[in-house]
Amino acid sequence: MTPLQTIQQHFEARLIETHDFRGDETVVIAGGLLTEMALFLKKTPELDFNYLMDLTAVDYLFFAGGRIEKRARFEVVYHFFSLKHNHRLRLKVPVEEQNPEIDSLTGLWASANWFEREVWDMFGIRFKGHPDLKRILMYEEFQGHALRKDYPFNKRQPLIGL
Amino acid sequence: MGINHFFTSKMSDALGWARKYSIFQYPFVTACCGMEYMSTAAAHYDVDRFGAGFPRFSPRQSDVLFVVGTISQKMAPVLKMVYDQMCEPKWVVAFGVCTCTGGFYDNYSTVMGIDTIIPVDIYIPGCPPRPENVLDGLMKLQEKIQKGEQSRTLYDPKTKKGRPAQLGNTP
Repeated sequence: MTPLQTIQQHFEARLIETHDFRGDETVVIAGGLLTEMALFLKKTPELDFNYLMDLTAVDYLFFAGGRIEKRARFEVVYHFFSLKHNHRLRLKVPVEEQNPEIDSLTGLWASANWFEREVWDMFGIRFKGHPDLKRILMYEEFQGHALRKDYPFNKRQPLIGL
Repeated sequence: MGINHFFTSKMSDALGWARKYSIFQYPFVTACCGMEYMSTAAAHYDVDRFGAGFPRFSPRQSDVLFVVGTISQKMAPVLKMVYDQMCEPKWVVAFGVCTCTGGFYDNYSTVMGIDTIIPVDIYIPGCPPRPENVLDGLMKLQEKIQKGEQSRTLYDPKTKKGRPAQLGNTP
Protein backbone atom coordinates (compact mmCIF):
# COMPACT_ATOMS: atom_id res chain seq x y z
CA MET A 1 0.00 0.00 0.00
CA THR A 2 1.37 3.44 -0.90
CA PRO A 3 1.40 6.23 1.69
CA LEU A 4 -1.47 7.90 -0.13
CA GLN A 5 -3.66 4.79 0.11
CA THR A 6 -2.89 4.46 3.82
CA ILE A 7 -3.90 8.07 4.37
CA GLN A 8 -7.06 7.74 2.26
CA GLN A 9 -8.10 4.65 4.21
CA HIS A 10 -7.71 6.45 7.54
CA PHE A 11 -9.06 9.91 6.74
CA GLU A 12 -11.56 9.06 3.96
CA ALA A 13 -13.83 12.04 3.21
CA ARG A 14 -11.97 14.45 5.46
CA LEU A 15 -9.35 14.98 2.75
CA ILE A 16 -10.15 17.83 0.37
CA GLU A 17 -8.28 16.39 -2.58
CA THR A 18 -5.65 13.80 -3.42
CA HIS A 19 -3.47 13.51 -6.43
CA ASP A 20 -0.89 11.00 -7.65
CA PHE A 21 1.36 11.65 -10.62
CA ARG A 22 3.78 8.75 -11.32
CA GLY A 23 4.36 8.13 -7.64
CA ASP A 24 4.46 11.79 -6.59
CA GLU A 25 1.66 11.78 -4.08
CA THR A 26 -0.14 14.90 -2.89
CA VAL A 27 -2.78 15.40 -0.23
CA VAL A 28 -4.75 18.61 0.30
CA ILE A 29 -6.36 19.09 3.71
CA ALA A 30 -8.01 21.86 5.70
CA GLY A 31 -6.01 23.72 8.33
CA GLY A 32 -8.05 22.25 11.17
CA LEU A 33 -6.88 18.75 10.33
CA LEU A 34 -3.18 19.61 10.17
CA THR A 35 -2.08 18.58 13.67
CA GLU A 36 -3.95 15.27 13.51
CA MET A 37 -2.54 14.55 10.04
CA ALA A 38 1.01 15.43 11.14
CA LEU A 39 0.78 13.09 14.12
CA PHE A 40 -0.59 10.36 11.88
CA LEU A 41 2.21 10.80 9.34
CA LYS A 42 4.90 10.64 12.00
CA LYS A 43 3.56 7.99 14.35
CA THR A 44 2.10 5.40 11.95
CA PRO A 45 4.77 2.69 11.54
CA GLU A 46 4.09 1.99 7.85
CA LEU A 47 4.33 5.71 7.04
CA ASP A 48 7.05 6.83 9.48
CA PHE A 49 7.68 10.27 7.93
CA ASN A 50 10.58 11.22 10.18
CA TYR A 51 11.99 13.97 7.96
CA LEU A 52 10.31 17.25 7.06
CA MET A 53 12.30 18.16 3.95
CA ASP A 54 10.67 21.43 3.01
CA LEU A 55 7.99 23.80 4.12
CA THR A 56 7.04 26.76 2.00
CA ALA A 57 4.02 28.71 0.81
CA VAL A 58 2.46 29.95 -2.41
CA ASP A 59 0.53 33.18 -2.93
CA TYR A 60 -2.22 32.57 -5.51
CA LEU A 61 -3.22 36.22 -5.86
CA PHE A 62 -3.63 36.99 -9.60
CA PHE A 63 -2.94 33.31 -10.29
CA ALA A 64 -3.00 32.60 -14.04
CA GLY A 65 -4.32 36.13 -14.56
CA GLY A 66 -7.40 35.34 -12.46
CA ARG A 67 -8.58 32.58 -14.83
CA ILE A 68 -8.04 29.82 -12.26
CA GLU A 69 -10.05 30.06 -9.06
CA LYS A 70 -8.24 28.75 -5.98
CA ARG A 71 -9.72 27.72 -2.64
CA ALA A 72 -7.84 30.38 -0.71
CA ARG A 73 -5.24 33.02 -1.39
CA PHE A 74 -2.35 31.15 0.24
CA GLU A 75 -1.34 27.53 0.32
CA VAL A 76 1.27 26.16 2.72
CA VAL A 77 3.18 23.24 1.19
CA TYR A 78 4.95 20.52 3.18
CA HIS A 79 7.30 17.88 1.78
CA PHE A 80 7.81 14.80 3.94
CA PHE A 81 10.28 11.98 3.53
CA SER A 82 10.69 8.68 5.33
CA LEU A 83 14.30 7.62 5.72
CA LYS A 84 13.16 4.13 6.72
CA HIS A 85 10.75 3.40 3.86
CA ASN A 86 12.26 5.77 1.32
CA HIS A 87 8.94 7.30 0.34
CA ARG A 88 7.69 10.86 0.07
CA LEU A 89 4.52 12.87 0.47
CA ARG A 90 3.46 16.38 -0.40
CA LEU A 91 0.89 18.00 1.87
CA LYS A 92 -0.93 21.22 0.98
CA VAL A 93 -3.03 23.35 3.30
CA PRO A 94 -5.06 26.32 1.96
CA VAL A 95 -4.85 29.42 4.18
CA GLU A 96 -7.35 32.28 4.03
CA GLU A 97 -6.25 35.86 3.40
CA GLN A 98 -8.39 37.31 6.23
CA ASN A 99 -6.70 35.46 9.07
CA PRO A 100 -3.58 33.77 7.74
CA GLU A 101 -2.87 31.43 10.62
CA ILE A 102 -2.04 27.75 10.80
CA ASP A 103 -0.77 25.31 13.44
CA SER A 104 2.97 25.02 13.92
CA LEU A 105 4.70 21.66 13.41
CA THR A 106 7.80 22.57 15.44
CA GLY A 107 6.80 20.11 18.17
CA LEU A 108 7.01 17.17 15.76
CA TRP A 109 9.82 18.17 13.40
CA ALA A 110 12.52 20.55 14.63
CA SER A 111 13.29 21.57 11.04
CA ALA A 112 9.88 23.27 10.88
CA ASN A 113 11.20 26.03 13.14
CA TRP A 114 13.24 28.01 10.62
CA PHE A 115 11.00 27.09 7.68
CA GLU A 116 7.99 28.55 9.46
CA ARG A 117 9.92 31.68 10.33
CA GLU A 118 10.80 32.07 6.65
CA VAL A 119 7.16 31.65 5.60
CA TRP A 120 6.15 34.22 8.20
CA ASP A 121 8.86 36.59 6.95
CA MET A 122 8.06 36.26 3.27
CA PHE A 123 4.28 35.63 3.23
CA GLY A 124 3.02 36.83 6.62
CA ILE A 125 1.41 33.55 7.57
CA ARG A 126 1.41 33.08 11.35
CA PHE A 127 2.12 29.70 12.94
CA LYS A 128 0.21 29.00 16.15
CA GLY A 129 2.45 27.50 18.82
CA HIS A 130 5.77 28.46 17.23
CA PRO A 131 8.34 29.12 20.01
CA ASP A 132 9.98 32.19 18.41
CA LEU A 133 8.08 33.49 15.40
CA LYS A 134 10.18 36.41 14.12
CA ARG A 135 11.73 37.38 10.80
CA ILE A 136 14.63 35.20 9.65
CA LEU A 137 15.86 36.73 6.37
CA MET A 138 14.74 40.36 6.40
CA TYR A 139 15.59 42.90 9.09
CA GLU A 140 13.18 43.78 11.87
CA GLU A 141 12.53 47.27 10.41
CA PHE A 142 11.17 45.78 7.17
CA GLN A 143 7.51 46.60 6.55
CA GLY A 144 5.24 44.05 4.88
CA HIS A 145 6.07 40.64 3.42
CA ALA A 146 8.27 40.59 0.36
CA LEU A 147 7.02 37.51 -1.51
CA ARG A 148 3.35 38.45 -1.38
CA LYS A 149 2.17 39.14 -4.90
CA ASP A 150 0.78 42.54 -3.92
CA TYR A 151 4.18 43.69 -2.61
CA PRO A 152 5.61 45.99 -5.34
CA PHE A 153 8.46 44.02 -6.92
CA ASN A 154 10.91 46.93 -6.92
CA LYS A 155 9.92 48.58 -3.65
CA ARG A 156 12.99 49.17 -1.52
CA GLN A 157 13.34 49.78 2.20
CA PRO A 158 17.04 50.56 2.69
CA LEU A 159 18.52 50.55 6.18
CA ILE A 160 21.13 53.10 5.11
CA GLY A 161 21.88 54.94 1.87
CA LEU A 162 19.42 55.67 -0.89
CA MET B 1 58.77 77.05 -8.53
CA GLY B 2 61.22 76.83 -5.68
CA ILE B 3 63.30 73.94 -4.45
CA ASN B 4 60.77 73.14 -1.70
CA HIS B 5 57.92 72.61 -4.18
CA PHE B 6 60.17 70.39 -6.27
CA PHE B 7 61.00 68.32 -3.22
CA THR B 8 57.39 67.83 -1.99
CA SER B 9 56.12 66.82 -5.44
CA LYS B 10 58.91 64.24 -5.73
CA MET B 11 58.05 63.11 -2.22
CA SER B 12 54.39 62.50 -3.09
CA ASP B 13 55.46 60.68 -6.27
CA ALA B 14 57.60 58.38 -4.15
CA LEU B 15 54.75 57.85 -1.69
CA GLY B 16 52.35 57.06 -4.54
CA TRP B 17 54.84 54.64 -6.04
CA ALA B 18 55.29 52.88 -2.70
CA ARG B 19 51.55 52.72 -2.07
CA LYS B 20 50.53 51.39 -5.47
CA TYR B 21 52.92 48.44 -5.25
CA SER B 22 52.03 47.46 -1.68
CA ILE B 23 48.23 47.30 -1.74
CA PHE B 24 46.86 45.59 1.34
CA GLN B 25 43.35 44.63 0.34
CA TYR B 26 40.29 43.79 2.34
CA PRO B 27 38.20 41.27 0.36
CA PHE B 28 34.54 41.83 1.26
CA VAL B 29 33.34 38.71 -0.54
CA THR B 30 29.61 37.96 -0.42
CA ALA B 31 28.65 36.05 -3.57
CA CYS B 32 29.62 34.19 -6.73
CA CYS B 33 32.12 36.84 -7.85
CA GLY B 34 34.26 35.47 -5.03
CA MET B 35 35.14 32.52 -7.26
CA GLU B 36 36.57 34.87 -9.87
CA TYR B 37 38.33 36.81 -7.14
CA MET B 38 40.00 33.60 -5.94
CA SER B 39 40.97 32.77 -9.48
CA THR B 40 42.58 36.20 -9.84
CA ALA B 41 44.37 35.85 -6.55
CA ALA B 42 45.66 32.32 -7.21
CA ALA B 43 48.85 31.34 -9.02
CA HIS B 44 47.56 31.36 -12.61
CA TYR B 45 46.71 35.07 -12.75
CA ASP B 46 48.74 35.91 -9.66
CA VAL B 47 47.63 39.25 -8.29
CA ASP B 48 50.85 39.31 -6.26
CA ARG B 49 52.71 40.47 -9.40
CA PHE B 50 51.06 43.83 -8.76
CA GLY B 51 51.93 43.86 -5.09
CA ALA B 52 48.33 43.24 -4.10
CA GLY B 53 48.62 39.63 -3.07
CA PHE B 54 48.19 40.14 0.63
CA PRO B 55 44.59 40.13 1.87
CA ARG B 56 44.21 41.53 5.37
CA PHE B 57 41.02 40.47 7.07
CA SER B 58 41.11 43.52 9.29
CA PRO B 59 39.89 46.85 7.90
CA ARG B 60 42.35 48.68 10.16
CA GLN B 61 45.33 47.27 8.27
CA SER B 62 44.07 47.52 4.70
CA ASP B 63 44.25 50.20 2.00
CA VAL B 64 41.81 48.94 -0.60
CA LEU B 65 38.31 47.60 0.01
CA PHE B 66 37.39 44.99 -2.61
CA VAL B 67 33.60 44.66 -2.57
CA VAL B 68 33.05 41.35 -4.33
CA GLY B 69 29.47 40.25 -4.87
CA THR B 70 25.88 41.33 -4.33
CA ILE B 71 25.27 43.56 -1.31
CA SER B 72 21.85 43.15 0.29
CA GLN B 73 20.06 45.85 2.22
CA LYS B 74 20.66 43.84 5.39
CA MET B 75 24.42 43.74 4.69
CA ALA B 76 24.71 47.45 3.81
CA PRO B 77 25.32 48.74 7.37
CA VAL B 78 28.09 46.15 7.80
CA LEU B 79 29.81 47.27 4.61
CA LYS B 80 29.56 50.90 5.70
CA MET B 81 31.06 50.03 9.08
CA VAL B 82 33.99 48.18 7.49
CA TYR B 83 34.61 51.19 5.24
CA ASP B 84 34.47 53.59 8.17
CA GLN B 85 36.95 51.48 10.12
CA MET B 86 39.61 51.68 7.40
CA CYS B 87 42.41 54.20 7.87
CA GLU B 88 43.15 56.94 5.32
CA PRO B 89 44.26 56.85 2.60
CA LYS B 90 41.75 54.28 1.37
CA TRP B 91 40.26 53.19 -1.93
CA VAL B 92 37.22 51.12 -2.89
CA VAL B 93 36.89 48.71 -5.81
CA ALA B 94 33.41 47.59 -6.92
CA PHE B 95 33.97 44.08 -8.26
CA GLY B 96 31.18 42.72 -10.47
CA VAL B 97 28.11 44.39 -11.89
CA CYS B 98 25.98 43.83 -8.76
CA THR B 99 28.25 46.09 -6.74
CA CYS B 100 28.48 48.62 -9.59
CA THR B 101 24.77 49.14 -10.29
CA GLY B 102 22.79 46.30 -8.73
CA GLY B 103 23.11 44.36 -11.99
CA PHE B 104 20.03 42.41 -13.00
CA TYR B 105 18.53 42.72 -9.54
CA ASP B 106 15.64 45.13 -9.07
CA ASN B 107 13.91 43.91 -5.94
CA TYR B 108 13.28 44.26 -2.23
CA SER B 109 16.60 42.90 -1.02
CA THR B 110 19.44 44.27 -3.14
CA VAL B 111 21.39 47.52 -2.91
CA MET B 112 21.42 49.16 -6.35
CA GLY B 113 25.14 49.83 -6.45
CA ILE B 114 27.41 50.24 -3.44
CA ASP B 115 28.18 53.81 -4.56
CA THR B 116 24.90 54.77 -2.91
CA ILE B 117 26.55 53.88 0.43
CA ILE B 118 30.31 54.39 0.06
CA PRO B 119 32.42 56.23 -2.55
CA VAL B 120 33.79 53.93 -5.25
CA ASP B 121 37.12 54.49 -7.03
CA ILE B 122 37.18 51.70 -9.60
CA TYR B 123 34.21 49.91 -11.16
CA ILE B 124 34.84 46.46 -12.62
CA PRO B 125 31.56 45.38 -14.26
CA GLY B 126 30.95 41.86 -15.52
CA CYS B 127 28.92 38.94 -14.31
CA PRO B 128 31.42 37.90 -13.14
CA PRO B 129 34.35 39.90 -14.59
CA ARG B 130 37.14 37.78 -16.03
CA PRO B 131 40.44 37.83 -14.15
CA GLU B 132 41.98 39.88 -16.99
CA ASN B 133 39.27 42.48 -16.36
CA VAL B 134 40.10 42.50 -12.68
CA LEU B 135 43.81 42.96 -13.35
CA ASP B 136 42.97 45.80 -15.74
CA GLY B 137 40.90 47.42 -12.99
CA LEU B 138 43.74 46.91 -10.55
CA MET B 139 46.21 48.64 -12.87
CA LYS B 140 43.79 51.56 -13.27
CA LEU B 141 43.58 51.71 -9.50
CA GLN B 142 47.37 51.82 -9.33
CA GLU B 143 47.38 54.80 -11.69
CA LYS B 144 44.88 56.50 -9.43
CA ILE B 145 46.94 55.76 -6.33
CA GLN B 146 50.07 57.08 -8.05
CA LYS B 147 48.30 60.37 -8.75
CA GLY B 148 47.01 60.51 -5.18
CA GLU B 149 43.39 60.61 -6.31
CA GLN B 150 40.52 59.34 -4.18
CA SER B 151 36.80 59.28 -4.84
CA ARG B 152 34.76 61.17 -2.23
CA THR B 153 31.30 61.38 -3.79
CA LEU B 154 28.29 59.09 -3.63
CA TYR B 155 25.87 58.31 -6.43
CA ASP B 156 22.57 60.14 -6.22
CA PRO B 157 19.74 58.16 -7.86
CA LYS B 158 17.56 61.27 -8.11
CA THR B 159 19.95 63.44 -10.10
CA LYS B 160 21.74 60.40 -11.64
CA LYS B 161 25.08 62.01 -10.87
CA GLY B 162 28.24 60.45 -9.53
CA ARG B 163 28.51 57.25 -11.56
CA PRO B 164 30.48 56.64 -14.80
CA ALA B 165 28.28 57.04 -17.88
CA GLN B 166 29.51 53.70 -19.27
CA LEU B 167 27.56 51.87 -16.58
CA GLY B 168 24.28 53.25 -17.96
CA ASN B 169 21.26 54.67 -16.21
CA THR B 170 20.07 52.37 -13.48
CA PRO B 171 17.51 53.01 -10.75
